Amino acid sequence: MRRFLRPGHDPARERLKRDLFQFNKTVEHGFPHQPSALGYSPSLRILAIGTRSGAIKLYGAPGVEFMGLHRENNAVVQIHFLPGQCKLVTLLDDNSLHLWSLKVKGGVSELQEDESFTLRGPPGAAPSATQITVVLPHSSQELLYLGTESGNVFVVQLPSFRVLEDRTISSEAVLQWLPEEACQRRVFEMVEALQEHPQDPGQILIGYSRGLVIIWDLQGSRVLCHFLSSQQLENVSWQRDGHLIVTCHSDGSHCQWPVSSDTQQPEPLHSSMPYGPFPCKAITKIFWLTTKQGLPFTIFQGGMPRASYGDRHCISVFHDSQQTAFDFTSRVIDFTVLAEADPAAAFDDPYALVVLAEEEIVVIDLQTPGWPPVQPPYLASLHCSAITCSHHVSNIPLKLWERIIAAGSRQNVHFSTMKWPIDGGTSLAPSPPQRDLLLTGHEDGTVRFWDASGVCLRLLYRLSTVRVFLTDTDASESLSAQGEEEWPPLRKVGSFDPYSDDPRLGIQKIFLCKYSGYLAVAGTAGQVLLLELNDEAAEHAVKQVEADLLQDQEGYRWKGHERLAARLGPVRFEPGFQPFVLVQCQPPAVVTSLALHSEWRLVAFGTSHGFGLFDYQQRRQVFVKCTLHPSDQLALEGPLSRVKSLKKSLRQSFRRMRRSRVSSRKRPPGGTPGEVSLGQPQPNSLQMQTAGTKAEQTGLQNMELAPVQRKIEARSAEDSFTGFVRTLYFADTFLRDSSHHCPSLWAGTNGGTVYAFSLRVPPAERRMDETVWAEQAKEIQLMHRAPVVGILVLDGCSIPLPEPLEVAHDLSKSPDMQGSHQLLVVSEEQFKVFTLPKVSAKLKLKLTALEGSRVRRVGVAHFGSCQAEDYGEHHLAVLTNLGDIQVVSLPLLKPQVRYSCIRREDVSGIASCVFTKYGQGFYLISPSEFERFSLSTKWLVEPRCLVDSAKIRNHSHPNNGDSIGPEKIVGRARNSGSQHDGEGKLVAGLVQAHLTRSLLPAGVLKEIQSTLEGDRG
Amino acid sequence: MNRSFHKSQTLRFYDCGAVEVKSKFGAEFRRFSLDRHKPGKFEDFYQLVVHTHHISNTEVTIGYADVHGDLLPINNDDNFCKAVSSANPLLRVFIQKREEADHYSFGAGTLSRKKKVLVTLRDEGLRRRAHLDISMPHDFRPVSSIIDVDILPETHRRVRLYRHGCEKPLGFYIRDGTSVRVTPHGLEKVPGIFISRMVPGGLAESTGLLAVNDEVLEVNGIEVAGKTLDQVTDMMIANSHNLIVTVKPANQRNNIVRSSRTSGSSGQSTDSAASHHSLLAHDLQNCHPDEMESDEEADIVIEGALEPQHIPKPQGAPSSTLSRANGTSLVDRLHRDLALHSSGRESNGSIHRLLSSLKSDPRNSLILPPGGVEEHGPAITL
Repeated sequence: MRRFLRPGHDPARERLKRDLFQFNKTVEHGFPHQPSALGYSPSLRILAIGTRSGAIKLYGAPGVEFMGLHRENNAVVQIHFLPGQCKLVTLLDDNSLHLWSLKVKGGVSELQEDESFTLRGPPGAAPSATQITVVLPHSSQELLYLGTESGNVFVVQLPSFRVLEDRTISSEAVLQWLPEEACQRRVFEMVEALQEHPQDPGQILIGYSRGLVIIWDLQGSRVLCHFLSSQQLENVSWQRDGHLIVTCHSDGSHCQWPVSSDTQQPEPLHSSMPYGPFPCKAITKIFWLTTKQGLPFTIFQGGMPRASYGDRHCISVFHDSQQTAFDFTSRVIDFTVLAEADPAAAFDDPYALVVLAEEEIVVIDLQTPGWPPVQPPYLASLHCSAITCSHHVSNIPLKLWERIIAAGSRQNVHFSTMKWPIDGGTSLAPSPPQRDLLLTGHEDGTVRFWDASGVCLRLLYRLSTVRVFLTDTDASESLSAQGEEEWPPLRKVGSFDPYSDDPRLGIQKIFLCKYSGYLAVAGTAGQVLLLELNDEAAEHAVKQVEADLLQDQEGYRWKGHERLAARLGPVRFEPGFQPFVLVQCQPPAVVTSLALHSEWRLVAFGTSHGFGLFDYQQRRQVFVKCTLHPSDQLALEGPLSRVKSLKKSLRQSFRRMRRSRVSSRKRPPGGTPGEVSLGQPQPNSLQMQTAGTKAEQTGLQNMELAPVQRKIEARSAEDSFTGFVRTLYFADTFLRDSSHHCPSLWAGTNGGTVYAFSLRVPPAERRMDETVWAEQAKEIQLMHRAPVVGILVLDGCSIPLPEPLEVAHDLSKSPDMQGSHQLLVVSEEQFKVFTLPKVSAKLKLKLTALEGSRVRRVGVAHFGSCQAEDYGEHHLAVLTNLGDIQVVSLPLLKPQVRYSCIRREDVSGIASCVFTKYGQGFYLISPSEFERFSLSTKWLVEPRCLVDSAKIRNHSHPNNGDSIGPEKIVGRARNSGSQHDGEGKLVAGLVQAHLTRSLLPAGVLKEIQSTLEGDRG
Repeated sequence: MNRSFHKSQTLRFYDCGAVEVKSKFGAEFRRFSLDRHKPGKFEDFYQLVVHTHHISNTEVTIGYADVHGDLLPINNDDNFCKAVSSANPLLRVFIQKREEADHYSFGAGTLSRKKKVLVTLRDEGLRRRAHLDISMPHDFRPVSSIIDVDILPETHRRVRLYRHGCEKPLGFYIRDGTSVRVTPHGLEKVPGIFISRMVPGGLAESTGLLAVNDEVLEVNGIEVAGKTLDQVTDMMIANSHNLIVTVKPANQRNNIVRSSRTSGSSGQSTDSAASHHSLLAHDLQNCHPDEMESDEEADIVIEGALEPQHIPKPQGAPSSTLSRANGTSLVDRLHRDLALHSSGRESNGSIHRLLSSLKSDPRNSLILPPGGVEEHGPAITL
């Protein structure tokens, strides 16, 4: 019963653990899932995005980010910054208002909710009476005007949200001032627009949905003038000098009305329907902006011809003779125009258009002719094609980093040179201590290289593997370039493109060697591409090799997809990673594991049928090994034969979900199930059941017939997919005897088998002359037969073997070859250490048998101490199927810490997790967002930024080039260092990551060091 | 070796419905055949065996190796019939002089478990007495037992399932449910895990110790409270080689009967609880703590291509040679099969010891009846 005993409580170790491990979710990268509202503060130069799940995110200069979450899980409908303050008001779809503020604490700004408020009408009033449709923060900084569905405008005082009932502008009050002809049928209409006079804070404009617009005098409580249009009103824009208003309507027209208090204008000055004459959709929002040059900008959303372009999501910009309808691939949520913020300036002079679409944010430079887009430094649409895999590489050498950036910059020539216009706040975070790359593989056959060093996840380079293959889309490529003289003048913008030409192109595994610049990429149809970084464009043929993983196994038929047809002959590749070898597995099943050893110039790949080794120096296949169990028919037939069962299981799980929802609703609200005493009838449950729809009930009955049950059965050798190769690993170790070490390749399968091959790699000088050969040296069958998810060799000092070329580049000590090596095999259920070369079990940790969780991801990480500069330990970072993250010590396999990280139901989140080499990690919280977490006390990448309300600057808008004020240049030097690495600003090596660390007194350090030594001794 | 010969011979006998018998006495082998469909009487078989071995004047016991490599006795018509019909395709028969024969040598793992010798010696006296009175429990492989009766509440039952060497599936299903607990605040409903179904013919059903709607409380000493159905499933499967489940049986009738007795006595009644008791008495002797700890099955390690002749030609297609390299060596094959049939109870070390003895003198291997070395056909399953 030893194993049930708790490990001894060692206070020194516990203290050390606190110095090594700490769990933090630090920052969310990517684009918010399901955005629902956009806000912008011209004075703070900060952008806010609200989501349907009640989150608000604020973005300023790169590195300046804030996130807040409403307690209610309701969609954010509107966001309004209060003029001249570090505060904002959000409106949720439950009609509640929330006041948030950025407060400075300890030198860093924090976003927090101060107050919340729901507008209540008198008892008995219809709910629509207080349903807020428009919010106007008044420039007096203490009043909020709230337009409602009933047509009344309520006034509340901030920050207390006190309703000033005497100032309410009721529709009846407005009616008194209107002439007879305007009064008819215009009583119960909702407020569509509320605007403050651009020059005179004593006047506000109220627009009602049926077409009436009035200007209200706040002091005199009277209508100054009114405008009556024949069409439903959608929105209003007030010219900067206040002399003109522009209204937009549901029929796709917009009208201009001159404002003067003495004459009442029955007819608009000018009315136009930009995409007429056929019926058009509504223009839902319009901006009318003046320029120094004279001609104004008209920017509006919608208004497209209903029949032919009604399904497009467009923002149109009209200026002078330039007219463009920016066409987005996803629904436009909202947009805003960045213009001169100084109220004293005579013209708007818009410089950028910011469009929040459902799946991405697009910023258009309005100053450069042609209106090119600006590349955002953050808010990247990670999911422009669905992410299929990810791979993280820590500590990239400067040389490779620069080459990747250079290759990427050539892909970005279509972007504007404008500086990122949203640049409020100051990032105080220290510059990232090292350069990290996150590589994401996508469904459309691309690999994206992201700068994951700091808070901003920035796209560096995009690699497409499609050119290697012949695809159906090639023929239609010429068709897409259509005539220029098209009306409406549509122009596609944005990168979101969820449609994959061919699912077989999807990337499944990526392996980058950061020292040599070799990259291996493997995909859905068994393709393995080897790529080399080349700074020049080149045209060459890709060597094609077929790897027959079934070898001479007879009588099997692959029913899955065909392999991809490769292009014959030379192909032109742009500068960057260029493919030179294509290995295609036969049968073309998805590649499930990949390993590259750049020192030996070997690449190993595995599928559900077996694995192979390829020598990319000599471009020759070394061997293939079939791992199939003869009875595993399912693996042989390919994925198609499983479609039915997948569908079935999906259906079942949906039913199950519904059932669990129903059953959970049966519980009385608020009380724990334990409080229900037996035998007492539960009125709640009865009510709920009758309230449930009939469909649900029948579903429930079906489920009662087949309850959720699980079969308890030991795994046998005959189970399906036992041959599925889960992991591949290269190691230079003692495979045959304890006196000679040699290169080796290790492969672990789904059925708990580990194969070890000893390799003979010729020395470098004869590398081209002699062949590499391999022979099987060992085969280990784990008796518990759980899938092998990780293999690792520890050297004589129990330290994981270094990566290839790491020692050659002097970045790691040579591994200890004197002491005996150990083999660590991680299966989904157990961690097991074996001695080498005689593979006898030495230690194990049974995870599943003890707690019922299974290993989903495992990675080796180096944990540095936050107290002692050069102290660190190597451990295993483990993610389980329950979403817990654990640290398991090496080599003794003692669980160190455990944190719950991901919800256990979030299967895709768990599947997407990657660990870095320094105790951080990433996982997808939505298709478009990575959550970054840290297990280490030392390596913490999180936003630290300051937004100072006292120093709200009177910005001049940035021009193209460097006409930025001197004060600003100082503030941004740090950012430009981290963003544009060309200057070599980044310090190589391990710079301290935490500011607080240097503040510790020396005595504390000494004490910690002594404990560390004591622990080791 | 002469593999092809064996194979063809086997096939020929198989075709005409005959069972090839390989009988071993000491170091001597005899081969003969029997009709699979009409094996005849045990008495005749006994006469035949002693005749072929020319040991008519000695009292012998006869045993055979079953498909799991266990040595089982042949001493009546029924088990003789079973032995012949289950021979696949070869029937290996072992003969021992009766005075030498230890009646305890039959049973599960008898062909592979060597470390149990100590146990045998210690329990010898006790066992002989046990042998006299009732039946011969050692003729049977334990498949399940009730353990820890002395420390558990009487409403609970801790059942150990031995899947070791047994071809039967564990064979049960579990589900979510709610159970009622007595607490200081009264009765409370709490979620629980229940046995939902038994697979007919499965190990769980055949023991009779588990039943549908029994609540599962612990798996191998770990409480399942607060764990999800999937977690409990994973725990049970991870422990499936030696599964110990603590249940609260849905049928509490037997417990009430038992509690009315003075505790600790081995039952004399005729109800099922009593039979459990006798089983228990037997098994508890077997379950010394050492065995509880060594429940782990050892992993199989195969050293591939150690001999120089197996190194494939450096040029050409090394891949295909490689895959076959293992298959051709008898030592390797023996090793695999041994590993297969050793039922994983030994440590790796003992496998290696076995292997080295095999290598040094092939005839040595005859002492150990190697479970189906050549006969398993070309497909080697691991």
